[in-house]
Amino acid sequence: MLLAAGVAILVAMGLALLRALLGPTVWDRILAVNSFGTKTVLLMALLGALAGRADYLDVALLYALVNFVGTVALMRYVETARPADEGGPGA
Amino acid sequence: MSVASIVGGALLGAGCLLLVVGGIGINRFPHFYSRLHAAGVVDTLAAGLMLAGLVPVFGLTLGSVKLAMIFLFLLFTSPTACHALARAAYTSGLREPRPGEETPSSPS
Repeated sequence: MLLAAGVAILVAMGLALLRALLGPTVWDRILAVNSFGTKTVLLMALLGALAGRADYLDVALLYALVNFVGTVALMRYVETARPADEGGPGA
Repeated sequence: MSVASIVGGALLGAGCLLLVVGGIGINRFPHFYSRLHAAGVVDTLAAGLMLAGLVPVFGLTLGSVKLAMIFLFLLFTSPTACHALARAAYTSGLREPRPGEETPSSPS
């Protein structure tokens, strides 16, 4: 049961990575990376359940924090670094 | 199998289904704002369902408290990040295509 959930998370992570690679604008890429980070948190919690150790959950909590701060920082950087009439560096 | 583990498995399965559906949606929707909708709305609920589904594995220990903390944190930050992303994209000039045209009005 837990293994099947892990496989489903990995599939969803692969789909998010596909959008991060394809995404026409840089915003699509940021969105995909943020989604990927959320799924990483879930995968870490699941690995903790598989291993039967609660220590993994500390790492997952910290990763959720860093993921949010990183997304906001990347967003602010891209927003201020490019002129307004372009889609972004990834366009 | 106890009742708690069956309920946990059902929650876990629902979360997995939502995650995969969100992954398909993020690839199939036509432009950025609809993809944002697919990813942002689904991820929050899927994370809540999966973390709730993991609670019976840990039982009434410190692990469940940590799961609740992760859930609370994701509950606040995931919609916030999506809102900030939509706002940043909009103020940077990314616009939704009008109903008639196929391609987005932003440069592709």
